[in-house]
Amino acid sequence: MDQLDQLVTQADADFSAAADAAALEVAKARYLGKAGSLTELLKGLGKLDPEARKSAGAEINKAKSAIEALLNARRDALQRAALEAQLAAEALDVTLPGRGQGVGGLHPVVRTLERVEQLFRSIGFDVAEGPEIETDFYNFTALNTPANHPARSMHDTFYLENGEGVLLRTHTSPVQIRAMQAHVEAYKDRDTMPELRIIAPGRVYRVDSDATHSPMFHQVEGLWVGESVSFADLKGVVADFLRSFFESDDLQVRFRPSFFPFTEPSAEIDVAFMSGALKGRWLEIAGCGMVHPNVLRFGGIDPERYTGFAFGMGPDRLTMLRYGVNDLRLFFEGDLRFLGQFR
Amino acid sequence: MQFSELWLRSFVSPDLDSDALGHLLTMAGLEVEEQDGVAAVFSKVVVAQIIEAEKHPNADKLRVCKVDAGQGELLQIVCGAPNAAAGIRIPCALVGADLAGFGIKAAKLRGVESFGMLCSAKELGISDESSGLLVLPEDAPVGTDLRDYLALNDTLFTIKLTPNRADCLSLSGIAREVAALTGQPLSLPACEPVAAVIGDSRAIVLDAAEACPRYSGRIIRGVDAKAPTPEWMKQRLARSGIRSISALVDVTNYVMLELGQPLHAFDEAKLGGKIHVRFPKAGEQVLLLNGQTVTPAADTLLIADETRALALAGIMGGEDSGITLDTTDLFLESAFFAPDAIAGRARAYGFSSDASYRFERGVDFALAGQAIERATRLILDICGGQPGPVVDAVEAGKLPQRKPIRLRAARVRRVLGIELSADEVAGMFGRLNLQVVREGDDFVVTPPSYRFDLEIEEDLIEEIARLHGYDNIPVRAPKGPISMLPRPEAKRDTMFVRRLVAGREYQEVINFAFVEEAWEKDFGGNADPVRLANPIASQMSVMRSTLIGGLVANLVTNRKRQTNRVRVFEIGRCFAKDPAGRPVEGYYQPVRIAALAGGLARPEQWGESNRNVDFYDVKADLEALLFPRVAEFERAAHPALHPGRSARVLLDGRAIGVIGELHPVWVQRYELGTAPVVFEIELDALLETRTPAYREVSRFPAVTRDLALVVDQQVSAASLLKGLQSVAPAIVQHIELFDQYQGKGIEPNRKSLAFRVVMQETQRTLEDAEVDAAMIALTRHAEDSLGAKLRA
Repeated sequence: MDQLDQLVTQADADFSAAADAAALEVAKARYLGKAGSLTELLKGLGKLDPEARKSAGAEINKAKSAIEALLNARRDALQRAALEAQLAAEALDVTLPGRGQGVGGLHPVVRTLERVEQLFRSIGFDVAEGPEIETDFYNFTALNTPANHPARSMHDTFYLENGEGVLLRTHTSPVQIRAMQAHVEAYKDRDTMPELRIIAPGRVYRVDSDATHSPMFHQVEGLWVGESVSFADLKGVVADFLRSFFESDDLQVRFRPSFFPFTEPSAEIDVAFMSGALKGRWLEIAGCGMVHPNVLRFGGIDPERYTGFAFGMGPDRLTMLRYGVNDLRLFFEGDLRFLGQFR
Repeated sequence: MQFSELWLRSFVSPDLDSDALGHLLTMAGLEVEEQDGVAAVFSKVVVAQIIEAEKHPNADKLRVCKVDAGQGELLQIVCGAPNAAAGIRIPCALVGADLAGFGIKAAKLRGVESFGMLCSAKELGISDESSGLLVLPEDAPVGTDLRDYLALNDTLFTIKLTPNRADCLSLSGIAREVAALTGQPLSLPACEPVAAVIGDSRAIVLDAAEACPRYSGRIIRGVDAKAPTPEWMKQRLARSGIRSISALVDVTNYVMLELGQPLHAFDEAKLGGKIHVRFPKAGEQVLLLNGQTVTPAADTLLIADETRALALAGIMGGEDSGITLDTTDLFLESAFFAPDAIAGRARAYGFSSDASYRFERGVDFALAGQAIERATRLILDICGGQPGPVVDAVEAGKLPQRKPIRLRAARVRRVLGIELSADEVAGMFGRLNLQVVREGDDFVVTPPSYRFDLEIEEDLIEEIARLHGYDNIPVRAPKGPISMLPRPEAKRDTMFVRRLVAGREYQEVINFAFVEEAWEKDFGGNADPVRLANPIASQMSVMRSTLIGGLVANLVTNRKRQTNRVRVFEIGRCFAKDPAGRPVEGYYQPVRIAALAGGLARPEQWGESNRNVDFYDVKADLEALLFPRVAEFERAAHPALHPGRSARVLLDGRAIGVIGELHPVWVQRYELGTAPVVFEIELDALLETRTPAYREVSRFPAVTRDLALVVDQQVSAASLLKGLQSVAPAIVQHIELFDQYQGKGIEPNRKSLAFRVVMQETQRTLEDAEVDAAMIALTRHAEDSLGAKLRA
């Protein structure tokens, strides 16, 4: 059946020549349409005897299948080409920046406070707070610093006009008293009071202003009161915190005797880095001590039954050391070029 | 407290170098702030005398000197100092000397040989003065090493003393401490009584014995006030930072530094009658040594004679009764003033003195007698004179008491977390001169008169810790009962809120809580802000009642630095007077969060046209912060905000804050360019959220219908929506506003609001009839009750 082979070859050539789907349909009609060559051949089968019809029919159908396969292949090819052309046309410059909202960020000192909170929460400290306009009683008296105590001159205090006995708190330590009182009140009906573990971050105020002092700055107070809390525990917690905060296992931490009216014994905490610009220098970083029995009493806690430790750190200073910021005032100027660096 | 190491070592000299001594003090709580040699490092510099000084043949400004440096023969040294003259004694660096790394060699200067160098004080690092050669006293022994002669192998220590350690405000005190820490023997200056050679005395009356229970006085006649102060005394004073004034004044200062007892010398000739230690009479005035005239407050203790007030007791002497260079007879005071009677007084007059600093912290009440004897001895040795008897007025019962303190061994263990044997503890107390009685495991301890800081058991525990060494207390991981902290799901913490706001492209700032008074008026409408009594500056004189002023200032600052797109937020306390305010009565101190967005709505980019941020941008931010809770917004005036573009924010009916565009007046006054949009919300409103509640999700199809209503301009979208919701049948899942239209096809002063109503049932497919009925109900209510018309 040379004629059929020829037809298939011809169809292949015609399909390949069709440049698009419409041309392909026209070409298809020439072979498979109502008046197409193959259709005509099939119509002609009726004139043959049954034996010949059978074999001729088989041959024609074989050729028809071949042509249909060619047609489908060409259809697929044309579709693929069309899709590729579309994709090429739709291609973007993927290097153009994304559109829409940008990102903001936290203040660097708050970043520090967040880490401090996370680290202390991990050993069961809750976060407490207190008022910033505070009474003389909570800021000084209840912290074992009666009127005229020389320690009061260590804090240059902001007072309020027409405000008898009120001031801007000079430290976060008054939160100790408020937290103890609230804790005692919460558990007054129980035989045993659970341990009190809090940190109290916040703003504090002193009449002082230069490159290393701001009239408003931050402190984080820490307090742990329980039935068996010792100075050795204090050393453990603070050293653990400082090494975790600075992510430095070889950070040197030392405690040396000092004086605060509200702790006894009292200590200053110094750290020394083993590398970096400040390598080997002792830097004062916090004050701490065992809570003075008078302070426990003011908090409503029996100092014979419970002991506690407290510490106070400067998160501004921690932030400066952590990121190498050299001027405290930058924190409070609201310059986005500075603040944006800590995102 | 500054002092010389050599002076300290004259009392106690442990086998430690200067650095180790400094470390010892620091680690015992006497923090060494500074530690410096008194001179530069140098060697082979000796006392020498210029025998001849002749003009250099080839240089006008140089001299050729013949110098006796005790070397057997005279040295020829060329010198450029203007004061090089024959006869004077000066320091001479010999050939081979090392001046802080600079080697001295034989040299030729302009053709003349020179064998050494004559030195100024500056070249030796003794002082900054460089006016010429350092001229030494005429009796300086030629050939002696200068370091030995001027005692230059000495270190100056500056110690930052804590207020509890007044006992260390003297060389004796520090020496006592060093002896206790090291166990080295201590030899303090002898204060032998000086016998009276005349009978003259002045009676002393303790009118206020609580404040002054002890006052010792003595007359010394016939002193030479002009006698020179000995070099050794001048040197020790200078190395303690005290300038030499006159022999008598120097002696009082010297004894104060040596023993810790402030003294005062009156000119005996200017006193009349008995000495009284009393509180002031009304209107009394005192002209002080510093030239200041004060009218002492009723609680300021005075020294007076029978005619007038002479001095502020324990604080400062009076100008009219003090000693001068012409004084021949003096009256010496050595007293104990109670800390409570002195504390804070000098500060109230605006100054501080060495005496008040010591008395308010506590001066050894047993010291007055020794100090007056020691000072008498020194005065007689230096200025001559005849002493009278010491009059020692004492009310023993009013002197401070040193009550015994019980120390329990178990308590030491519990507080410090260390085990110490009873003998170790006893040994420490012994070194501290504490009187101890052992009672079983307990110690009953009586502190000495110079320790004002030992009152309770914990004070003794601190002494034990100090002597044991804080470094030797173990670093222990604490053990404690662990239980979980409550973390209610319906509560968020502030850090979470911060992250949310930062996620909406706001940068956190921290502004001062004290602000300019004008901001309070402009942004808070607050005419009566909380005022500081002692502000640091006038632009920080009142406490803020709103965070908005600070954020506007941030916008201004950043615009000045060419950043025009500013998105900032702050979380902080605000302050207002409020009689109901708690926990500090009279003050309302809420924590608020405020944000400001100014400039472009989005970061400048390539794909969309830029536009400025508007009310609805910031409203979306606020709604996102509140999500899943939904606030209501109702138009409200606020002093900071555009009256037509500001709203009060309500959550469950409670007003929680405001949002709006900044008032155009402030935009102009603060030169902000375009109007920023701000909100300020009570922080606690953002901390309350809710625990999610599950509702079954329907598997049946939802039906959506739109409803376009035409209403008057003034009708708010929220009121319409609320009205529709109030009558919506149960099948209505939600109603959303999706379009607002004004213009063609709508009457002027009217607007069209289009709502999408979604209806669904969880158990079945809705029927058309009930959907239609629902829409009719909504439409009817809108028309009948809400003044709306269905849009044609």
